[in-house]
Amino acid sequence: MKLKQLEGLLGSLDQFENPKIELEQYPTGPHIASRLLYTAENSFRDVENKVVADFGCGCGTLGLAAALLGADHVIGLDIDTESLEIASSNADDLDLDMDFVHCDIKNLKWRDRIVDTVVMNPPFGTRRKGADMDFLLVALKVASNAVYSLHKTTTRDHVKRTALRDYNAVSAEVLCELRFDVPQLYKFHKKKEVDVAVDLWRFVPQKYGEKHL
Amino acid sequence: MRLLTHNMLSSNIKGVTNGFPLLIEVEKVVEKQVDFNEDFLRNMFPKIEWKALVEASRTMGYTELPENAESSMLDSDEFLGKFHHALVELHLEEGALVCPETGRKFPVNKGIPNMLLHEDEV
Repeated sequence: MKLKQLEGLLGSLDQFENPKIELEQYPTGPHIASRLLYTAENSFRDVENKVVADFGCGCGTLGLAAALLGADHVIGLDIDTESLEIASSNADDLDLDMDFVHCDIKNLKWRDRIVDTVVMNPPFGTRRKGADMDFLLVALKVASNAVYSLHKTTTRDHVKRTALRDYNAVSAEVLCELRFDVPQLYKFHKKKEVDVAVDLWRFVPQKYGEKHL
Repeated sequence: MRLLTHNMLSSNIKGVTNGFPLLIEVEKVVEKQVDFNEDFLRNMFPKIEWKALVEASRTMGYTELPENAESSMLDSDEFLGKFHHALVELHLEEGALVCPETGRKFPVNKGIPNMLLHEDEV
């Protein structure tokens, strides 16, 4: 599938109807989502025929992009029922199979390392400090091969240090810097649209069995 | 929810040591046909907890999986077909997942299990 086609399909998905600010619900735009998954597959072969998990899936954009690029099993996780309903309906609209689990990422308990790749656009930690790092910690425990994540460029050093030093990541690389369009979603948003500089990261977890438990 | 996902999930209640596999209570099962992918099945086989898959598929009404399996069976198309069907074509649409240690039920609605914990379970 070509990048433009993927971007087009993702652009047709339904998004949050009543976004909840305390969960930092912002749609992952088709521009970013398509590039994240396209890079993951074309540069690293982390998507096709793999088991992919979308942490904090919201309306399912990243997970569905993974399915469109040939992931054999995709699971979306989110704490919010309404988002999961929208994600489910998006999956139906595209005639794609995607499992969903309603849960709190922090309390996740999954067996072994069945998941190959985790993709996520986590909350940035503007409402609940450290939320983004909570997501990363769990992602690095769950993924066998790679974690793709978006974090604000201003946090780059902190993210790298924490991932390598505290979360046992074997590597932490910024693949590229992107502009995240934040539309005027919430009452406190003054401007029609704002660009936030975000880094697209690829983390490699420590291989299972070598972990310090 | 496919049984592949069920094969990963464990009870996340505080203090539970044997939370896997979750027992299944069935109210509605749906079968959805999916393209067969032999490479995927071969990759998944060593990662799957076989007994849990057999038990789960039987609870869902599918009794074709052998009690025990080893990788040499992957050379049989018939076995691959059954493995494929159980792993990715059976969906628990309505019902519950049950913690094997505490009996606590995690409801499954429209195929989505609710694994949110109550305050005293965290």
